[in-house]
Amino acid sequence: MADHTLDAKGLNCPLPILKARKALKDVGPGETLEILSTDPGSVADFEAFCRQTGNELLESTNDDSEYRFLIRRPAA
Amino acid sequence: MSSEAQVVSDDIQGAPVAVPETKSMSIIVTKGSLDWAYPPFILATTAAAMGLPVTMFFTFYGLPLLLKKLDLQLTAAGNPAMKMPMMGAHMGLPNLLTAVPGVDAACTKMMKNLMNKKGIASIEDLREMALDADVRMIACQMTMDLFEYDTKDMIDGPELGGAATYIECATKSDINLFI
Repeated sequence: MADHTLDAKGLNCPLPILKARKALKDVGPGETLEILSTDPGSVADFEAFCRQTGNELLESTNDDSEYRFLIRRPAA
Repeated sequence: MSSEAQVVSDDIQGAPVAVPETKSMSIIVTKGSLDWAYPPFILATTAAAMGLPVTMFFTFYGLPLLLKKLDLQLTAAGNPAMKMPMMGAHMGLPNLLTAVPGVDAACTKMMKNLMNKKGIASIEDLREMALDADVRMIACQMTMDLFEYDTKDMIDGPELGGAATYIECATKSDINLFI
């Protein structure tokens, strides 16, 4: 299970990324954040976001029109 | 370029986060209609969220985006690509019709409703998020004089500056956009 969860369903670009960034502030080093989204664009965007910020994208799954991402903050 | 990862300070619990390379971005914001206000604020907030230092330079019709009270409008005039989804089709407006009083207001209302329905942030919200993310904002002094704007009508945060202030910033930025 993820250490933290962010429900970004119904939000459009760039809100899922902006909310995730904000939520990551409460995520400790090595901890995980789960993000739920309905924005198809967030699939590519979370990949890019993680590559750029050094966070690890552990999972990116799609169930119907719902997307789930699992991000891990790097250990300190 | 050194292959060693640079360390940038980050506000995530005050801990530094290592990223391969620290890039920075500047945007010249020249347009203040509802539709054109989106690209600069979306890119600025997203870049800031991705760890880039961002500067926005507000000039000419972009300057009113710094007013405390925003009342953004849009016009379909001269914009043949603006077609709203309606009953399964896309509807545009002939230029002549856009001159009819009330049509622009109706278009603006329709666009705002559509954005709300699709979960798109308001410009007010994006601007607030940009300020929270320490996006540097510069209000063009010349435009302030030209259109007689007063800093007391503007939000707190932006500094005043001119072309040289922007150019100095641009020479240090990896990405410079004009919108």
